[in-house]
Amino acid sequence: MSKILVALKRVVDANIRVRVKPDGSGVATEGVKMSINPFDEIALEEALRIKEKGAAAEVVVASVGPDDAQQQLRTGLAMGADRAIHVRADQPIEPLAVARVLLKLIEREQPKIVLLGKQAIDDDNNQTGQMLAALWNRPQATFASKVELSGDTARVSREVDTGLETIEIDLPAVITTDLRLNEPRYVKLPEIMKAKKKPLETLALDELGVDITPQFKVLNYAPPPARQKGIMVKDVAELVATLKQRGLL
Amino acid sequence: MTKVLVIAEHANGKLNPATAKCVTCASQIEGAEIHVAVLAADATEVAAQAAQLTGVARVLKIEHSANAEPLAAVLAPQIVAIAGEYTHLLGPSTTFGKDLMPRVAALLGVGQISDIMAVEGPYRFRRPIYAGNAIVTVEAASDRKLVGTVRTASFQATANDGHAEIVAVESTAELPTHTRFVERSAAATGRPDLQTAARVVSGGRALGSAEGFQAIYRLADKLGAAVGASRAAVDAGYVPNDLQVGQTGKIIAPELYIAVGISGAIQHLTGIKDARTIVAINKDPEAPIFEVADVGLVGDLFEILPELERQLG
Repeated sequence: MSKILVALKRVVDANIRVRVKPDGSGVATEGVKMSINPFDEIALEEALRIKEKGAAAEVVVASVGPDDAQQQLRTGLAMGADRAIHVRADQPIEPLAVARVLLKLIEREQPKIVLLGKQAIDDDNNQTGQMLAALWNRPQATFASKVELSGDTARVSREVDTGLETIEIDLPAVITTDLRLNEPRYVKLPEIMKAKKKPLETLALDELGVDITPQFKVLNYAPPPARQKGIMVKDVAELVATLKQRGLL
Repeated sequence: MTKVLVIAEHANGKLNPATAKCVTCASQIEGAEIHVAVLAADATEVAAQAAQLTGVARVLKIEHSANAEPLAAVLAPQIVAIAGEYTHLLGPSTTFGKDLMPRVAALLGVGQISDIMAVEGPYRFRRPIYAGNAIVTVEAASDRKLVGTVRTASFQATANDGHAEIVAVESTAELPTHTRFVERSAAATGRPDLQTAARVVSGGRALGSAEGFQAIYRLADKLGAAVGASRAAVDAGYVPNDLQVGQTGKIIAPELYIAVGISGAIQHLTGIKDARTIVAINKDPEAPIFEVADVGLVGDLFEILPELERQLG
């Protein structure tokens, strides 16, 4: 029976507004709430639904990151994943390197589908899934809003700029998720207790033999340019007059 | 020598305006010779349009029946096959480019710089992270190919007075058959395109329903504007997904952006930061949208919208 591999990234929670450190060396993430990247959570939910429909036997969650990433893997286990793999990386790791690590896990686990978010909401790169599919030499269905499996193929609706596009892909394949694929379930307390007993394996990067040397250097972090303070108008007439005066109507 | 290959985005024989913006970005890389690659089943029309883009020296026509639809898995190996002579490969940060370029980068064994918003040097660029709450300056090594996507809201389209040569290139790469196009459902609205419109009217969850959202369409039509929406309005099913503006939707830069009943989550604001003028209409005076609005009006949108329509004549 087939297996689904889901990649989870630990990121600053979506509701937190991060600030750039005054010295421009990074963003302040100390002490802020961390969560599973929301798109990855959707990916996990989809994997669980596929398993619950009987189309997969096992859901494995994996994360590449610091020891704290185990918290997000535990949350993934509490949502319903069967086991977790933590690949420890203390330094920041670029999408291509993450893709190379995930490829090693694919070689080991032989999943039928790899599901992950279309982008992580910290670096906003939107690369890892596509890169993984390329290295694996398999299909990619990015920005998925609907996934229908049928034997060794999947029909995926993708959210594209002009609307929805449907493609058919042979499995195994990489699918990256968009917002409207599903609504992830809430984790119940008994599940959290149960998750503590589920297997979580830790691997060191050098065990996998992956080159993670960064290709890019971040020279500086800056806050975005602020917009000039605007004005408030009291009614529609004043709004229309203001826009006309500014040559906008 | 610096040589930049821009991958053209196109549909139905028309070059997408995002390509002209990528060319502008490429032209800011000092000393760059710019080529544009058009991958299509029949590239004649699109190649002719690309040849007019100011700053382009050569257009490569790569024609193959498998290129009838833009499937990343099919296009990527063909781009890699011609990548040899180029120092930079750029595509637009649209769903087309976001899907394709990382696949190209990985096949080339290099990383990618996504959403380039400014060129600071041939290998130094600025890009937004954390939904635009921070801007990083990123440097890449000059001995590797640089693959990037271009944040189209950050660049003006290049002009159309060029006369680039058009060269046909044979597609020799082995193409996969594991990925097949099925269909595309695009709503033909007759309204301006959200990504390029000079005016945009956007609605949020406060519109309350798909029927309520009709007021947004009416105002947009009065202004000749495109229609956008917040994620909440899309999630609630008032409008289709392609209207979503924000971090994970479209990043736009219209002259006039009117946000109606949109509270202004950071994920939405990142999509409109480059708008020239932002107008916010919201019943909650504390809504974060007012922090970025140039002109704000507090009130009930169901009273304001009809009144606005009336006053616009």
